[in-house]
Amino acid sequence: MEGIVRRRLGLGMVAALAVVLAACGGGSDSSTSSSTPAADTAPAASTAAAAAATTASTEPVTLTIDTFGDFGYKELIADYVKLHPNVTVKEIQQEYNQHHQQLAQHLAAGSGAADIVAIDEGFIVQFRSTPDQFVNLLDLGAGELKDRWLPWKWAASLSADGNTQIGLGTDVGGLAMCYRKDLVEAAGLPSDRDALSAMWPDWNAFIATGQKFQEAGTGVKWVDSATNMLNPIIAQQPVGYFDTSDQLVFDTNPGIKTAWDSTMDMISKDESAGLAAFSPEWNAGFKKGKFATVACPAWMMGYIKDQAPDTSGKWDVAAIPGGGGNWGGSFLAIPKESENPEAAYDLAAYLTAPEQELQIFKDTGNLPSLPALYTDPALTGFTNPFFSDAPVGTIFSDTAAALQPQFLGTKNGPVRQAVENVVREVENGSLSAEDGWEKASKAAAKAAG
Amino acid sequence: MSVTHRTPGGRRARGAPLTPRTAPYLLIAPFFVLFAIFGVFPLFYTGWVSLHDWDLISSGPHEFVGLENYRTLADDPDFRNAIVNTLGIFVLATVPQILIALGLAALLNQTLRARTFFRMGVLLPNVTSIAAVSIVFSQLFGREYGLVNYVLSLVGIDPVNWQAHKWSSWIAIATMVDWRWTGYNTLILLAAMQAIPSELYDAAKVDGATGFRAFRSVTVPMLRYTIMFVVVVATIGGIQLFAEPLLFDTSPASANGGAGREFQTIALYLYQTAFRSFDFGYAAAISWLLFLLVLLIAGLNALMVRRLGRGVR
Repeated sequence: MEGIVRRRLGLGMVAALAVVLAACGGGSDSSTSSSTPAADTAPAASTAAAAAATTASTEPVTLTIDTFGDFGYKELIADYVKLHPNVTVKEIQQEYNQHHQQLAQHLAAGSGAADIVAIDEGFIVQFRSTPDQFVNLLDLGAGELKDRWLPWKWAASLSADGNTQIGLGTDVGGLAMCYRKDLVEAAGLPSDRDALSAMWPDWNAFIATGQKFQEAGTGVKWVDSATNMLNPIIAQQPVGYFDTSDQLVFDTNPGIKTAWDSTMDMISKDESAGLAAFSPEWNAGFKKGKFATVACPAWMMGYIKDQAPDTSGKWDVAAIPGGGGNWGGSFLAIPKESENPEAAYDLAAYLTAPEQELQIFKDTGNLPSLPALYTDPALTGFTNPFFSDAPVGTIFSDTAAALQPQFLGTKNGPVRQAVENVVREVENGSLSAEDGWEKASKAAAKAAG
Repeated sequence: MSVTHRTPGGRRARGAPLTPRTAPYLLIAPFFVLFAIFGVFPLFYTGWVSLHDWDLISSGPHEFVGLENYRTLADDPDFRNAIVNTLGIFVLATVPQILIALGLAALLNQTLRARTFFRMGVLLPNVTSIAAVSIVFSQLFGREYGLVNYVLSLVGIDPVNWQAHKWSSWIAIATMVDWRWTGYNTLILLAAMQAIPSELYDAAKVDGATGFRAFRSVTVPMLRYTIMFVVVVATIGGIQLFAEPLLFDTSPASANGGAGREFQTIALYLYQTAFRSFDFGYAAAISWLLFLLVLLIAGLNALMVRRLGRGVR
């Protein structure tokens, strides 16, 4: 799952624009917010009290933390520095692509990286493949906290040999099926989320439901794009693009073939609107109701709301076919070049502790990666009026908890991208499904290098 | 600025820093020092990197692989595809661009009302942010709600998925390039046109050549060095075309230039290799070949334009 690039902001073109700016060496458009200890230290907020025990040093320390989008850290950091008067924390927020590209450059240059850096799941595999660039958090006591996280979340930032943990999990996306209640109803299908979930226990049933939907002739397509179907199916397989020895198994893994065939089946039945995810046309598709369903992680609810505010109340959320799923989520890592790794670890552990992740969920809706919180009333009771008051807290956390860990190869990101592109070609009609398989196999092999 | 120190005997002092002979070199030195640091050094360092298996984010030793990257590149269908795309878009953009610029310059060279307004007007697209241009044009060429497809639909042509084919994506990108650069080239050609002595036109008139004939036989030959300059600059820009194809893609983050690399240019492939695959060694090899390609094509251009100029004379 983690191969799937996540965008927190309303990106698409804006993202690329920033890429270009970065590539041209243009000025950084980062925003900086500083929190310094207040002169007369105020009493600690109760949510932050748990982390207070770990303070040892009183030497003045300045920590920098680089994030992208809104991690919901501003208030929490303010609480933290109240508890640790010797610590000053500077948070720098950047745009998604620019953030990760600069991180790669800073690591290559050996300087410039912050003490704590956020890494999205789309990039974590590449970064964990060079564990020597990061502080091994197991040396700082992260091993004792291991059981807090979803097992696949913990595994995702672990080096291939399992000896180095480079990151602490922040949030996860989960994955459910967002659908337009009104459009489904117009096609004569049940619009109730439980009834629909029951109609599509697996992907073949999902495609069959799509057939029924399109036979009604409303002119609306069943899904937004083929890649948003391929990726969740692959993520649900026990083995993905790579086996545990990091060898590409595109041609031999039956799970990949299953995902491919289902996706091709869906394309051949003309159920896809063919809108590339995050393209302007995809965004417009939300507004104009061009498709009835879209596989969506928790954070995408906000995205849909931004793109199509007029569709409020017309959306609902059902289960993802096949059970588990995740798209997106981040980690906090500490680059080796940090001068204060212990202090940085203390802050990172604080920001990813249960109290704080729950607070972040309340503030921003970012789903915690700590399963112990999934039974918390604050999360289970959370509903979203834009999505017909669906109990989204439970829906998304259930899918995240149901997901089985899958080994992701070092080159998982490039391979996924290469295969996605071929799927888009088939979807465009430039390639037949058979030729597509050949081409995808070659492209995957090339991307795996 | 040059100062000469003379001894009482009238002979120049040895070791004096600024003499008429050394001063010019010293004065132009700052540029060349900066150029050496930021131009020459990176050029050769890139060459050095290209001989290694160099992963951007790995801190381990970079293995020396000799010409391996270049050998792989010679067999890389994606690289060949990128060259074809780059040259295709370049030709599709540059030829109409220079012709239109020449025509526009000739028109602007006439006595017109509000001449300055028109002259400044043609430059306006050039001061627009390139990202804005690309984004707006991507909207115009959108498959679902694009203005171009709307206009085509009025005359009964089915909507075109502009990003999905080579021909359509090349046309769209060439249009962006031309919209942005035609006015700039017009002004350069116009400036050169105004420097042509009017006696030549008078003489042409005596010989019976006016209008288009004078334009072809006097204006164009007199402009040939300017045209060469314009072509060389357009070439260097065209071969390094990057932002337009990047932003024209429906999923720009992948830097793939279309799902099937329909419009992935060399610069875009280079960027994808370096910053998406983090394969710096291979990317360095690509950039060296790109450099050689620019040299080669600029040289060919110069030859062609020179021969063209001679032929007309």
